[in-house]
Amino acid sequence: MQQLLTTTLTGLTLGMVYAAFALALVMIWRSTRIVNFAQAPMAMITTYVALTLIDAGQPFWLAFAAALASGLVLGAVVERVVIRPVEGGSEVNAVILTLGLFIVIHALAAVIFGARFRSFPAPFGLSGFRAGEVSIALTGFGIFTIVSVLVVMGLLVLLFRRTDLGLTMRAAAFNQEVARLLGVRVGRLLTLGWALAALVGSLAGLLIAGGSLVHPGYMDSVVVYGFVAAVLGGLDSPAGAVVGGLVLGLVLSLVSGLVSAALVPLAALVVLMVVLLVRPGGLFSTVTERKV
Amino acid sequence: MNTWSTRTVPGLAALVTAGLLLSACGAGGRPAGESSSGAPAAAEDVVGVTDTTIKVGAHYPLTGVAAPGYSEIPDGVKAYFDFVNAAGGIHGRQIEYIVRDDGYNPTNTSSVVNELVLKDEVFAIVGGLGTPTHSAVVDFLNDEGVPDLFVSSGSLGWGDRPAERPMTFGWQPDYEIEGKIIGQWIKENKPDARVGLFLQDDDLGVDGEKGVRRFLGDQIVETVRYTSGNTDVAPQLAKLQAAKADLIIGFNTPSYTALTQLVSMKLSYQPAWFYSSIGSDANLVGALLERFSEGAVKAGGKALDGVYTTEYIPGVDSPDNEWTKLWQKVWAANGNGKDLTNYRIYGMSHAYAFVQALQAAGQDVTRENIVTVLEEKGATFDGPQLAPFRYSKDNHLGIGGLQVTQLKGGAGTELTKVLVTDLGDTPITEDTSGAAQDAPPASGIPGN
Amino acid sequence: MATTVPVSMRDRLSWRRLPPLARHLLVALVGLALIVVVIETAGSFRQGQISSMAYLAIAAGGLTVLTGQSGQLSLGHGALMAVGAYTTALLLQSRAGAPPLVVVLAIATVVTLVVGVAVGIPAARLHGPYIAGATLSLAVAVPGVALYFSEQLGGEQGLTLRVPEAPVWLLDTMFFITGQELTGRKYVAYVAWFCLVLTYLLLANLGASRVGRRWRAVRDDEVAAAIAGINLGRARVLAFVVSAAAAGLAGAVMALVVRVSAPSGFTLTLSLGLLSAIVLGGLGSLLGALIGAAILTFLPQVVTSIGQDAGLSDLQAAELAPLVYGLTVILVILLAPAGLVGTIRSGLAHRRRPT
Repeated sequence: MQQLLTTTLTGLTLGMVYAAFALALVMIWRSTRIVNFAQAPMAMITTYVALTLIDAGQPFWLAFAAALASGLVLGAVVERVVIRPVEGGSEVNAVILTLGLFIVIHALAAVIFGARFRSFPAPFGLSGFRAGEVSIALTGFGIFTIVSVLVVMGLLVLLFRRTDLGLTMRAAAFNQEVARLLGVRVGRLLTLGWALAALVGSLAGLLIAGGSLVHPGYMDSVVVYGFVAAVLGGLDSPAGAVVGGLVLGLVLSLVSGLVSAALVPLAALVVLMVVLLVRPGGLFSTVTERKV
Repeated sequence: MNTWSTRTVPGLAALVTAGLLLSACGAGGRPAGESSSGAPAAAEDVVGVTDTTIKVGAHYPLTGVAAPGYSEIPDGVKAYFDFVNAAGGIHGRQIEYIVRDDGYNPTNTSSVVNELVLKDEVFAIVGGLGTPTHSAVVDFLNDEGVPDLFVSSGSLGWGDRPAERPMTFGWQPDYEIEGKIIGQWIKENKPDARVGLFLQDDDLGVDGEKGVRRFLGDQIVETVRYTSGNTDVAPQLAKLQAAKADLIIGFNTPSYTALTQLVSMKLSYQPAWFYSSIGSDANLVGALLERFSEGAVKAGGKALDGVYTTEYIPGVDSPDNEWTKLWQKVWAANGNGKDLTNYRIYGMSHAYAFVQALQAAGQDVTRENIVTVLEEKGATFDGPQLAPFRYSKDNHLGIGGLQVTQLKGGAGTELTKVLVTDLGDTPITEDTSGAAQDAPPASGIPGN
Repeated sequence: MATTVPVSMRDRLSWRRLPPLARHLLVALVGLALIVVVIETAGSFRQGQISSMAYLAIAAGGLTVLTGQSGQLSLGHGALMAVGAYTTALLLQSRAGAPPLVVVLAIATVVTLVVGVAVGIPAARLHGPYIAGATLSLAVAVPGVALYFSEQLGGEQGLTLRVPEAPVWLLDTMFFITGQELTGRKYVAYVAWFCLVLTYLLLANLGASRVGRRWRAVRDDEVAAAIAGINLGRARVLAFVVSAAAAGLAGAVMALVVRVSAPSGFTLTLSLGLLSAIVLGGLGSLLGALIGAAILTFLPQVVTSIGQDAGLSDLQAAELAPLVYGLTVILVILLAPAGLVGTIRSGLAHRRRPT
């Protein structure tokens, strides 16, 4: 019973982070129809920015904000400089391009920041609670994780549904040609979309790093889990990304606790294959398959 | 003009490939076996040895999850070798030391040791670190006849089968005798404890478990394993918590000491901890924990107060020990400006043993005679170790005993005398050889 | 009046008029001769590098056929290599009871082929980012499976293996040809390159045959191919299976070269490295795969020493190689998507035509 509770709580906390990462992937997919495999090292490198500031003695929250800001900038730069030439072109080329970025950013981080395993602070404490005999494996930092992801999601919903900017962004994603005809500066909005997605990705990176060891490869498996979560929920659906993330987090945590930690990636693969074969559009799919 | 390009493309292709391949054998075309360039070779060509130099190599995790702590060991080795070189070297030869990073990754170890043996042409590998990593290269080194001395690991494989692995020698106490001594201590002092085992998922864990189970069969309530590289140990600790283990024995690397402490805070789980000697440096773990907790857990060694562990060489926490004073002197003269830590002392301690072996092997050192010298004389070497070496024709295992200690403020308080034993059901006895009471020679260099 | 094209001696003996099989065999023979020369003259360390290049080239060859000719992007070939490597390691645990090397390599290839069928059938239904993500998950999952079965598969430590002794007839033959003794390292190098030549011969012939034409038809336009009567699923799965078999053989050879089969040898870096190699060389081209594998083997040392000379620490310099690959991949995709070989080929074709 105790173990089940601990596993569930760990799963929920982790699931929130996967949800954030999946959300970043979905945002980029909706706007440019590209899966950004490089999102993981992008988040990792912004975490290193934070770590550098912390090493230099800056307060944690300043470093946190700086990491998010650098994520914003990085996303914009990557879209404008690297991705723009292949938007709308061959799918294979776009995927290979993001993988090339993956390799470059990974190596860059190792060269600039070193490949050692570093510890990363976690505010709000790392001790769990006790309710009588039962220990509740929810740390202060875990609660912060859940709350911050929910807040960010809420802000994004507000942006997309209640503001003009959000409306034009959705229009540009839905139909670029028509939006252009109506005077929308599509290029700028795509850049903004990537920037916001990278911000969310950076948040995910910081939340995973807290209270854990950071090294250039620490986010690599997250790109897989984030992708699976996004596909589970439906690559077109932000709400699906969140639900997918939570479900996946729980499933993986259960596998890790009850079976073995080594089989977690395999479990993710199984989930992915089941979704793709049974309901390719994901849980919240709105797009029907095109059959010849 | 038609046929020109249709015939030349494949032709070009063949040329390009040939060019690439031929250029590949450019600088490396010398067959192996020649000694390094420079001074004329000795009458008998020994790989890695000239009249004025002797080249040795090692693999260490300078990056990766095992790097905290272990990456400092080669600093100590280098400092001691520089100290010896400054005093004229051994038999007139300066010691050249090459360290390569394998990231605690056995596949990398294989390629890195390949480089050391085939490209750098070292005389011997000294202090290669890691149980999973060194296992990948031990057969290669023995097949090639390269002395594989003082492996930085406590796995049994470095010394329990000299017939199969004649060139390999251990140095630190192996995990089985450590497990036995830990097991016996717990049985005598904490007979009602519910014991849990936290083990690295390879020979490190297997050998430690073997030793512990000799004494603690029914006290062990749960055994969990972790894979080095996967930093989530919450499921393992949750299992131990569910089994209500109140004393956990950990055979793990230092990063995992920090991680287990962290996770048990998260789970509000407070068992007593017994970490094996390889993972219990309080200063290192404290530094990791302080960063994790944003200062809530203070560094400076208090992080592991109350933790039990074992010791087999004097460390920075015994500043009055003659050996520690020697290490301070060596480090001050040849260190890299950072603090002297127990890992650097580990490096200096086994470098001292290597220098002893070189001295004993004499002017005409060869790969074979250094092995013979260790088998015949190694057991009598005086060094920082608290118990003597067990080297002989039938046993290539190193230090034969340890002390159980408890940490307080980063320093260990002795709970037992130095206990010695060997593999299998050899009984555990108190050491009477006086190895713990010896002092270094005045010059700090063996044989002088 | 009909123009007659004069038939000169040169035209009759032109390269293009030979049947593909003959062409490929000729190249193979020339290649084998070159390899003997290179291996005999190289030092021990270089021989190891040459063997490494061979297994990377085998895997890259299979992958480039899959991605370039059949249009399926796979990031999981590192995992398939792991299957081949572990099978080999399991069979070669002790020198005494080991089956002959040829049998071991064949078994490893077949086992991976079967796994390739299991992976290829669902993968055939996926496109673009979906197949990339799925194979990426495979690449991350397989090392975990090896860890789970730590009893049989050695866990993190992996399985060490002993390379069997060369058979006497081979020792005699090689001494006859080269006049030098066949050392263990040279044996592995010869085995590796022989497998490479064999694999490329097969892949080249497949590519030039009806099977290859079907693959390219499916890649270029699914609808047209389906209308023309090509079974899409079967064509795709066949391509996947062939490339998986190549990856399995590559893994088997890798096990022989590295002498240990551990999860850490099959990380994401390997799969991404293979991808870089084929992109650099040119998708779909076997020559490109060979060049890509050569770059992957020999570039790191060159780049690392440049980095060290430029003042970087050893550890930093070691990371420069992946940085260079990644940058080159990005530049190639943006500027010359056909890769090295593809760009040269179209450059030459341009020269041929007057307009």
